[in-house]
Amino acid sequence: MTATPTTLARPAGPRPARDTWLVLTRELRPVIRDPFTVIFSLLQPLVFLGLFSPLLVAQSGQSTPEVLSWFLPGVLVMIVLFGTGATGSNLQYEMMFGSHERTLVAPISRSALLVGRSLKEIVPIAVQSLVIVAIALPFGYRTNAVGLVLGIVLLAIFGVGLGSLSYSLALATRANEWMFWAVQQALIFPLLILSGVLLPLDGAPGWMRAVASVNPVNWVTQGERALLQGDLGSPEVAWAFLAAAALAALGLAVGIRSIRKSD
Amino acid sequence: MSDTIISTQHLTKRFPGKGKAPELTAVDDLSIEVRRGELVAFLGPNGAGKTTSLRMLTTLLPPTSGSARVAGFDIASEQAAVRASIGYVGQGSSGSPSQRVRDELVSQGRFFGMSAAAAASRADELIESLAISPFAMQQVMRLSGGQKRRVDIAIGLMNAPQLLFLDEPSTGLDPQSRANLWQHILELRAQHGTTVFLTTHYLEEADRYAERVMVMDGGRVVADDTAPALKAGLAGDAVEIRLTDPAESERAAVVVGEAFGSPIAAEHGVLAAAVPDGATRFPLALARLADDGIRVAAATCVPPTLDDVFLALTGRSLREAQDATTAETAAPQGGPR
Repeated sequence: MTATPTTLARPAGPRPARDTWLVLTRELRPVIRDPFTVIFSLLQPLVFLGLFSPLLVAQSGQSTPEVLSWFLPGVLVMIVLFGTGATGSNLQYEMMFGSHERTLVAPISRSALLVGRSLKEIVPIAVQSLVIVAIALPFGYRTNAVGLVLGIVLLAIFGVGLGSLSYSLALATRANEWMFWAVQQALIFPLLILSGVLLPLDGAPGWMRAVASVNPVNWVTQGERALLQGDLGSPEVAWAFLAAAALAALGLAVGIRSIRKSD
Repeated sequence: MSDTIISTQHLTKRFPGKGKAPELTAVDDLSIEVRRGELVAFLGPNGAGKTTSLRMLTTLLPPTSGSARVAGFDIASEQAAVRASIGYVGQGSSGSPSQRVRDELVSQGRFFGMSAAAAASRADELIESLAISPFAMQQVMRLSGGQKRRVDIAIGLMNAPQLLFLDEPSTGLDPQSRANLWQHILELRAQHGTTVFLTTHYLEEADRYAERVMVMDGGRVVADDTAPALKAGLAGDAVEIRLTDPAESERAAVVVGEAFGSPIAAEHGVLAAAVPDGATRFPLALARLADDGIRVAAATCVPPTLDDVFLALTGRSLREAQDATTAETAAPQGGPR
């Protein structure tokens, strides 16, 4: 060790943008080192695509490409719901492991610790979406390129919000792993079913449609469907971006608040 | 540069009671001073307030009342400056489980404002000096306990801190890894004069390595001195002489009492007492007994341990206190520690 034990001067004042970037790149490093983990977590959406699509084909009497055009955007939303929605468990693990505490003692902004982590979610969401679309192409699936790009942007905004909320849940439940999963599962499945990802809600009872109408995941799903079908100017798209942005704003606000008062 | 690197005034931490549990005063009116370059150990059983004190000094936990300055900065109003000046190794693992060791060291260096190049070269320096090379490219979660601890220390040293806090650094390590760890800590001090402040519940460790031991119990520092001074001040060597013939007890007590210069209790043929400077007087006592024809079946003279000191100070043995509180504090993590 040749460095002298003098404190390395840290530039004065908080630097949230730089700190967020540092947290973001740190979180991405394991993903880049082991990209297979991103692919492996596609198993669940692929099972839905492979085993559920044929049922929809049989049920609706439509062709596979037609069914995929309706179902695939919902599967992308599902990736965010299940993947990003569970990302708080990583933080919870780090809280129990001890490494989260270490970052709290480092001279970086607390909000950067949360925002950087949430922004990191964008990368797996984009990669996984593209892989799913690529896998569906041989089965006759076709999408609109601009719509796909915008669709990924929509999912990214939605994912940042959902990821932040998942981290907030981890901060709130601390070492109670079962509590994290109980709350997470209790929310994720109703949100999924009430968003019309698996089956259309058209024939649903009135109360279900009423709940679905205030479910932001439903709005995001409908917008994602419009975008990937090339209907870029439809009002569903605008509502979807609004819902995703509102969720992101809420998620980040709650998340930053949680991490600032955590110890 | 001030000579004092840590000073606390009436530092207190209370945790509100949960449910029917009463309010808990984890640290009670702590006023201590640590000088630059010292190696100080907080010794005490679980629940004594060691970790809570450390968490306050490292800005992880706000105090309920009182104040403290660490490395010249106030722990409440100048948190960023305190964090930039110190190294901290907590009870858990410092490295993120999914990160490769070297990546993590660089990231942590960047958190301290180092450039990418400076962080990389500092990381390589620590990898070399802490013998981390064989597993530098492995994920933290795949390391053994001893390897993980070395990575923790490396992370704590990334910013070349003037003051290093270590919370139970050797708990859970095998004897070999413990010895290695201590060797690294001692080298660090020899080379850089780093101030080291640690908590431990291992008596032997505090005794052997710390220049100053602060004995903590019930949230208070009940003694603060060098280990030899603590032992000399509070307890003598434990002397025990077992006679072959119990009937000679009284006669033996007189002879041995003279040799020790203090009276000694004798019961059923066993003479026992704590004798200051017992080790040097012990042979004389045995010689006198032989002169008087009193036969000795067995004799021992044991120097005092910090456990004897703890016993004298608190009325409990540290080992017993440890066992009792370990059972109590098997509570969920994340609460007051």
